[in-house]
Amino acid sequence: MRRATRNSILIHVAAFVVAVCCLLPISYMVLASVTPQRTLITIPLRWIPSALDFSRYVTIFRGGADSVGATFRAAFVNSLVVGIGTVIISMIVGILGAYAFARLRFRFRRVVLLLFLGTYMLPQIALLIPLYLILNSLGLLNTQAGLVFVDCSLVIPFVLWILSNYFMTIPEELEEAARIDGTTRLGALFYVILPAARPGIVAAIMFAFLLAWDEFMYALIFTSTNAAKTLPVAISEFAGRYTTDFGLVSAGGLLAALPPVIIAIIFQRYIVSGMSTGSVKG
Amino acid sequence: MTVASLNGSKEGAPEKRSLPRRGKRDRQGRLAFWLLLPAGVAVFGVVLYPIARTILVSLFQVNSALATDTPFVGLGNYVEVLQDPEFWNSLWRTLYFTVVSTALELVLGLIVAGLLNAKLRWRWLFRTIVVLPWAIPTIVNAAMWKGIYNAQYGALNAALTQLGVIHEYKAWLGEPMSALNAVIIADVWKTTPLVAFFLLAGLTAIPSELYEAARIDRAGWPRMLRSIVLPLLVPSISIVLVLRTVEAFKVFDIIYAMTRGGPINGTATIAYFAYIRAFSDQNFGVGSALAIIIVLVILVLTTIYLRFLRRSDMSLL
Repeated sequence: MRRATRNSILIHVAAFVVAVCCLLPISYMVLASVTPQRTLITIPLRWIPSALDFSRYVTIFRGGADSVGATFRAAFVNSLVVGIGTVIISMIVGILGAYAFARLRFRFRRVVLLLFLGTYMLPQIALLIPLYLILNSLGLLNTQAGLVFVDCSLVIPFVLWILSNYFMTIPEELEEAARIDGTTRLGALFYVILPAARPGIVAAIMFAFLLAWDEFMYALIFTSTNAAKTLPVAISEFAGRYTTDFGLVSAGGLLAALPPVIIAIIFQRYIVSGMSTGSVKG
Repeated sequence: MTVASLNGSKEGAPEKRSLPRRGKRDRQGRLAFWLLLPAGVAVFGVVLYPIARTILVSLFQVNSALATDTPFVGLGNYVEVLQDPEFWNSLWRTLYFTVVSTALELVLGLIVAGLLNAKLRWRWLFRTIVVLPWAIPTIVNAAMWKGIYNAQYGALNAALTQLGVIHEYKAWLGEPMSALNAVIIADVWKTTPLVAFFLLAGLTAIPSELYEAARIDRAGWPRMLRSIVLPLLVPSISIVLVLRTVEAFKVFDIIYAMTRGGPINGTATIAYFAYIRAFSDQNFGVGSALAIIIVLVILVLTTIYLRFLRRSDMSLL
């Protein structure tokens, strides 16, 4: 066999193994969510259920007030609101800041950039108690706005990093041409840089949304009722309460995973193009 | 690679205000200030003041959220923490978690990145599948693996017994060491795709002429890996290494959702330990001291890294 053919077969086998490793746990969760409870706990486990049971989805979609379903649906809405709010604020603030890092020369530029990136090293636990007191005095405990406020502090450094890296890859001449035509710097940012940086922007939006959707510790400490509780908190609560009903936890988990999974699948080609590495380093 | 580009501030001394025309730099500086102000307020307002306050709290004895009598104890909380054997256990456990998960993610991430970059039939399908674990929220991932590891009905027990690998069901999350490794596997499963995409970004930046040249020289893939791919990937690998180490050292959510630190504290990482001290025991002074110790350890780790990486960077130039 030719070496190239042998290599190609090897690569395909390896890719198949990786794909199976990625899919198996998810498939089990999908199966569990529609397997009748009795079948799910029989030993030995029957992998393919003889009957499908959609009752968990009905519970989640239809459950009345004070039920698992009501909590889940409220949490879903809260997660959406917090995620979208965080994305909007951190993108506006991040685009302006990233432009400054990518294009302007100013004193302490490197120090300021490192300070922003350095906030990533702080564990959330080190900020929880004072933030609790701040949110409490501002009346923002247990509100969506309060979560957007604290989530932005986690997301903005990432947005700054992705975008300033990306802006630096855009040739400066493009912008200079526009400025010779009389556009201001901000005008050039909006009409020249932003359209040219679309892959970076899409990647930043995706990362920002996924980070906010995934955030757990702030939501755990700063929310307690359906008014602002997000999906991760709701899921961890009902995974704790319904320990024996893995099917219900699976159904809820799958629904909670749906928005980020859909976003990641649609925009996956921007993930890599958004991460131009090596240009910003500490 | 372009560390120099970050040093824009070096050239030229600040111009004196008495000069008739202000320099270009000065104008850019002012614009930069206004552009960065919103980000600065949003990030540092939620970080700098709280961290200062946490340092302060760590010097007092605060035994409940509503305590009014909070005596100053100086470094007493730190002494208490450092004398607590459970602190040292949680520190070693966290280091184990960090080293093992980061190492696995890097090695597996490199392999997956190579596959993503290779000539594959159905490449788009492979990419889509690899993206999935990364997109699944951490808490959902934790709940899923908790189900897989379940001692009675879990898929792992079922699969392993049906394949004849084990003969009786095991409580994977029932013993400290096996629980810690089980959590690591769940974490690696979710995070490897992100590492892979990160490294892929570095891989695609390698000019294809280099591979061509190597092919003409009839170099095999081990040789290509050693002399082209790995050296040129050093910047990407080092960023991933720093990011993943810091993240792993702070790990909390997956622990909370999968094991709540159990069994017998077997998976209580240092961040989880700090959380318990502060919020379950309502000992905010000690909890804050622990949090500050985490910050210090992370600082030490990243300093070591940066020093080491800068040296390895030099060898590249």
